[in-house]
Amino acid sequence: MTNVWTVAANTFREAVRDRVLYNLVFFALLMMGVAILVGQISIGIEQSVIVSVGLTAISVIGIFIAVFIGVGLVSKEMDKRTLYALLAKPVERWQFLLGKFGGLVMTLIVNTGAMTVGLYFVLWTVKHPLERSDCYLIVAVYLILLKLALIVALAMLFSCFTTPFLAILYTLGLYVAGLFAQDLRTMQAVTLSASTMKMLKGISYLLPNFENFNVMGAVAHGRGVPGTLVAQNTAYTFLYGALVLAAAAMIFSRRNLK
Amino acid sequence: MSQPAIEIERLRKEYPYGFLNLKKKTSLEDLTMQVEQGEVFGFLGPNGAGKSTTIKLLMRLIFPTSGTARILGKSIDDVSMHQDIGYLPEQPYFYDYLTAAELLEYFMRFHKLTAADRHERVQKMLKKVGLETAKKIQLRKYSKGMLQRVGLAQAILHDPQVVVLDEPMSGLDPLGRREVRDIILDLKKEGRTVMFSTHILSDAETLCDRVGVIVGGKLRGVGTPGEMVGIQAQGMEVVFELNGTGKIFPLLAKATKTGERYRAQLAEPELYPALDDLKGAGARIVSVTQIKPTLEEFFMHLVDADRAQANAIDVSGK
Repeated sequence: MTNVWTVAANTFREAVRDRVLYNLVFFALLMMGVAILVGQISIGIEQSVIVSVGLTAISVIGIFIAVFIGVGLVSKEMDKRTLYALLAKPVERWQFLLGKFGGLVMTLIVNTGAMTVGLYFVLWTVKHPLERSDCYLIVAVYLILLKLALIVALAMLFSCFTTPFLAILYTLGLYVAGLFAQDLRTMQAVTLSASTMKMLKGISYLLPNFENFNVMGAVAHGRGVPGTLVAQNTAYTFLYGALVLAAAAMIFSRRNLK
Repeated sequence: MSQPAIEIERLRKEYPYGFLNLKKKTSLEDLTMQVEQGEVFGFLGPNGAGKSTTIKLLMRLIFPTSGTARILGKSIDDVSMHQDIGYLPEQPYFYDYLTAAELLEYFMRFHKLTAADRHERVQKMLKKVGLETAKKIQLRKYSKGMLQRVGLAQAILHDPQVVVLDEPMSGLDPLGRREVRDIILDLKKEGRTVMFSTHILSDAETLCDRVGVIVGGKLRGVGTPGEMVGIQAQGMEVVFELNGTGKIFPLLAKATKTGERYRAQLAEPELYPALDDLKGAGARIVSVTQIKPTLEEFFMHLVDADRAQANAIDVSGK
C-alpha cells in the first residue's frame, strides 16, 4: 500500500499546485451573496435557502472536479508521457490507478471540508447560535462525498479505454442516468411490454443509483437522515466503487501506451 | 558463466489498424538477442525501426504479441525486476508542478529507501547531472536538455544493475552529450549494464562494447562495432613513395599522389602482386591497411538495402 499512498500524495500535491482549490474562492463569494440576499427576504426560510444553495454548490463544484479532473488523472499522464518513467519503477498499474483515485478523493475531502466550514460560518452569521439539527448538514456532505468518489471511479474507468472528451460525456451521461435509476425501477408503464420492463429494471440495477445520495431537501428543513440510509449508501459506494475500479485496473493493466 | 543481463526471445509486436482493426502492422519481428552483464550495448536504427518499441516492451509500457524477455533472469512481467532497472524514456517529460528535487524524491519512494538516504542521493545526483543550481525550479520552466538530465538522474539514482536509455543524447548540446557519455562510462566502470538506443553513430562507436542494428523491425546484426564494419571490408589501401626512378607499373595508374606519397586502393587478391611490383620498382612502402567503412556507412548500407527491398515489394504488389 506504500506505493498507492505515494501516488495518492503526489496526486493531491498536483491538485493543490494546479490551483484546483481556487474554486473555494468562488464558493465563498457565492455564499456571501446568498447571506446578504437571505437577510433581505422573510424570516424563517434563511436556513433552508442557505443550506440548499450551499449543498447544491458543494455538490456541483464537486461533480465538476470529479469528472474533469478524474478523467484527466490517467489520460493526462498518458498524453504527456509522464507515466513512462513511473511505470518503469516497481509499481503495479493497479497501484498507480488506486493511488490516483485516492489522491483525488483526498482533494475532494479537503475541498468539500473547507466548503462545509464556510457553509456553517454563513449559517452561524444569519442564525446564531447553531442548533443540534444543523449537524445533519455533515451527514448530507458525507453522502455528497460518497457520490463524488463514485463519479471519480467512473471517470477513471472511462478514461482507461476512450478519449478524454468521450470519457467526460460518458461519465456525465451515466451520472444523469443514475439520478433516474430509482424511477426506472419503479416505472409503471402501460405502453411497454413485460420483457421491456424487465430489461429496464435490470438496467436500473446496473446503473449507479445517485438519487439515493440526495438528502438535501430533508437537511434543508432540519429533518434527520436515517442511519440505515447512511450505512446502505456507504456499503453501496464501497462495493460499486470497488467493482468499477477493478474493471478500470483490468483494462489499464493490458493497455498499450503510445 | 553469468546469466545475460537482458535476454529477448522471438519478441514480436503487431499493431492492428484499418477497418475493424483487421489489418496488422508489424513493428517488431521476432527479435532475439542478448545483452551481457557489464557491457554497454548500443541499439541502432533509423526512426520507426523498432528501437523504442523494443525498449517499451522491456519496460512493460506496451505488451508483446508473442515472445518473451527476461532482465536479470526475471520475466518482464515481474514488477519486482524494476528494483534493479533504470529507464530513461525518449524525450522525457515529467510533472510540471514538481521541482527536480521533488521529482527525484518522489520516484525514489518506490525503491523503499529511507528518507535520509533519499535526500542524500538526490542532492548528489543533482550535482552529478549539473542541476544543483536549478533544483528548486519547477520542471515546467526547464529546457529540453535540462529535462533530459533529470530523466537520466531518475534512471540511475537507485543504483540499478541494468540501465536502459532511449535516445539519451537527444536534445543535448555537445557539452551535455559529453556529460552523458561520461556517465555511461562511469556506469560501465561500476560494472553496470547499459543498453541505449541512438542515432548518433559516433557515440555508439566510442561507447559500445557491442551494437545491434535494427531496420524495419528486424535485427540486421549484432556484434562489436569493429565486427560490424569488418563484415563490409572494402579492400586494401597501400601508401608508398617512389625514389625518383618512377618505373611504370599497373599500380601507379590506380594511385593518387599527395605530396611525395602515392595512395592506391585495391581488392585483396591484387595486394601481393602489387607489393611485388613495388618491391621491384624500389618503392618505399609506408603503410598497408584494410579499408573498412565507418559504422555510419555500414548502417546506411543496411537502411538502403531495406528500403530497396520495401520498394521491390511495393512494385510487385506483394
